Amino acid sequence: MGEHLPILQVILPLIAAPVCLLVRHAATCWLIATLVSWFCLAIAILLLLQVLDGGAIRYQLGNWVAPWGIEYVVDRLNGFILVIVAAIGAVVAPYALRSVESELPERQIGLFYVMYLLCLAGLLGITITGDAFNVFVFLEISSLSSYALISMGRHRKALHAAYQYLVMGTIGATFFLIGVGLLYMMTGTLNMADLAEQLKPLAGSRIVHAAFGFIVVGMGLKLAVFPLHLWLPNAYAHAPSAVSVFLAGTATKVSLYVVLRFIFTVFGFEFSFVGQPLGPALLVLAVAGIVVCSLVAIYQDNVKRLLAWSSVAQIGYMLLGLSFATTLGLQAGLLHIFNHAIIKAGLFLAMGCVFLRLGSCRLDAIAGVGRQMPWTMMGFLLCGLSLIGVPPTAGFVSKWYLVLAALEKGWWPVAALIVLTSLLAVVYVWKVVEAAWFRDPPGTAGRIGEAPLVMLVPLWIAVGANLWFGLETSGNVDVAKAAAAALMGAVQ
Amino acid sequence: MIEHVVLRVIAKLLAPFIVLFALYVQFHGDFGPGGGFQAGVIFASAFILYALIYGVENARQIAPPAVAQAAIGLGVLIYAGTGVASMLLGGKYLDYSLLAHDAGHGQHYGILIVEFGVGVTVAAVMITVFFTFAGRRGVLEAREDVATTEDDEDR
Amino acid sequence: MWESFLGLYNYWIVILLMMAGFYIVMSRHNLVKKLIGLNIFQSSVFLFYISVGKVADGTAPIIEKGIFSYSNPLPHVLILTAIVVGVATTSLGLALVVRLKEAYGTIEEDEINEMDAAD
Repeated sequence: MGEHLPILQVILPLIAAPVCLLVRHAATCWLIATLVSWFCLAIAILLLLQVLDGGAIRYQLGNWVAPWGIEYVVDRLNGFILVIVAAIGAVVAPYALRSVESELPERQIGLFYVMYLLCLAGLLGITITGDAFNVFVFLEISSLSSYALISMGRHRKALHAAYQYLVMGTIGATFFLIGVGLLYMMTGTLNMADLAEQLKPLAGSRIVHAAFGFIVVGMGLKLAVFPLHLWLPNAYAHAPSAVSVFLAGTATKVSLYVVLRFIFTVFGFEFSFVGQPLGPALLVLAVAGIVVCSLVAIYQDNVKRLLAWSSVAQIGYMLLGLSFATTLGLQAGLLHIFNHAIIKAGLFLAMGCVFLRLGSCRLDAIAGVGRQMPWTMMGFLLCGLSLIGVPPTAGFVSKWYLVLAALEKGWWPVAALIVLTSLLAVVYVWKVVEAAWFRDPPGTAGRIGEAPLVMLVPLWIAVGANLWFGLETSGNVDVAKAAAAALMGAVQ
Repeated sequence: MIEHVVLRVIAKLLAPFIVLFALYVQFHGDFGPGGGFQAGVIFASAFILYALIYGVENARQIAPPAVAQAAIGLGVLIYAGTGVASMLLGGKYLDYSLLAHDAGHGQHYGILIVEFGVGVTVAAVMITVFFTFAGRRGVLEAREDVATTEDDEDR
Repeated sequence: MWESFLGLYNYWIVILLMMAGFYIVMSRHNLVKKLIGLNIFQSSVFLFYISVGKVADGTAPIIEKGIFSYSNPLPHVLILTAIVVGVATTSLGLALVVRLKEAYGTIEEDEINEMDAAD
């Protein structure tokens, strides 16, 4: 079975989805979804270990040879991303049981797991495929299911958020499709490795530059790069809690992976950074995004929305690492993808627990909740410290590498900015902590209990991961380093 | 529109031919133009035509929503199952060559089964989409839980 | 000059449709009109792929005696997939519009925004 792991990674959730559709029974669907998520994580870890030992794994679908058929390629970069996506899935699936039960009407619960599995399959598919058009197909599978998932939110604003995301997401995906079409027009191939070869002599072509623009802007929309992020805060704020966790941990990370894959593997470092001013452009957008969105986050009075704005700011840090165009910068960016996934997942998991008990995430509603749900809010606090970048947490490690990368470049103002903007994170995390511990609960509120164990355990797994990867950094730092070196090495 | 004799008769006459044409497009897809996507849509259009003329309620009796929804999942499973079958036979996923005694026949069967799965799903999805839109009463049944006031912020 | 301009007429049509669709998505506040704009926008890309796949003097890609030049069938297959994705997007979008209409009583985006801001 070992040689089939790359395809099993995708088809396991893809097959489980229609099975859930046929079953429709809520608890059974949950069981299937959870087991499949755990299997996916096991497969992703096995794949990553295989890749780290040997070279890239290639799998030809239907035994059609590579440039003609679709092939799945796992190398160090996407092996790393696969583990992130699958790990978030494996944490969210058990958590969803109680959370979804309380937020969705009975008859929609089965369908929720169908959509969740499709979304998981789509995200894993985007990451694993080595075919440019296949990326589009999986992108739309994951996007369509996430629109549906977001629209399941309790408040009617969820519908509006889902609609806005649908329009923006479709424009993004169509831009990507135009870019791929232009590349196909110039080269006659869709296989990424083959595209990279064919594009080398075409570096001066204006059409290839146009394709580059379309692909980067299209994925930038899905990635919520600073001026294109308007869909994100509403979508994350109004989606059901489990969906917020899952999307915050995976969706933008996978889009960023696609950008990296195209910039480095397909177009090549020379074309992207030397041939055109991608580095400075990303730097400006990243810095603007970090500053503006952190400031906006401070003024939110709904915690989920606050976290969503902070997500946009954190995407800025990842792009900042990329914009340095050095191995160290890229390593820091990749590391921040991983760390931000576990940080934001932890924060949203905690908010899901609060929402279960209080039915709201507004700052005035959660007043005093720290005393009534100590474990939940303790988890929130620890993940919040990680978000700020306090040692010894995971967030500190990636910010440390970001600062190092900035200093290596000699850009000390950027390094100072990274530290200063962390203070903005202190402000908005403090707002929540202050409300939860130092304010008295609203008089009307009765006594509420701690969140159920089935939700606390996933939360504390995320918290544990934040502490573990803050102390024991050799594992993920080395993988990120290997992936960054592979990306930079592949092009120079 | 059930009171219009011409429409009623023509719809009834046309429906079987549309279905037949759909099946032709479906199973001729490996020799000529055609395939599951197109066939599925044509197949569903017969039901949609029937529903337009005779009403959604009557059409629902021919194609009950539960059956249509099950067919959505079933079609995908046929597709994926073919891939898994070829994997179990020792090949790569969706390697049709192993499905029969020689590669040529295997490819033939493979594409036929896979396209059949596609056709089933597409037809079922189209029918379900139409019924869901056409059969909607325009009230918030079963969604009393939709909150209209809760939290808000800027904007 | 004119030959190169008119000779590329397929691209001009694509660009025109693309911009028209994009403009509708951006400027209209009616949710259904936005979706129609989105559809036009997507269709322009479909046309782009199909016209790129055309080979001069090529016929439909079906093997027949005496015919040696075929259009490239791959873009057709790709666009078949993209069309299906487009159908799914449109139906999901329309379903959301129906639900929005039920929840807000309107499909004008500015009115929805006002109501969102109010509560």
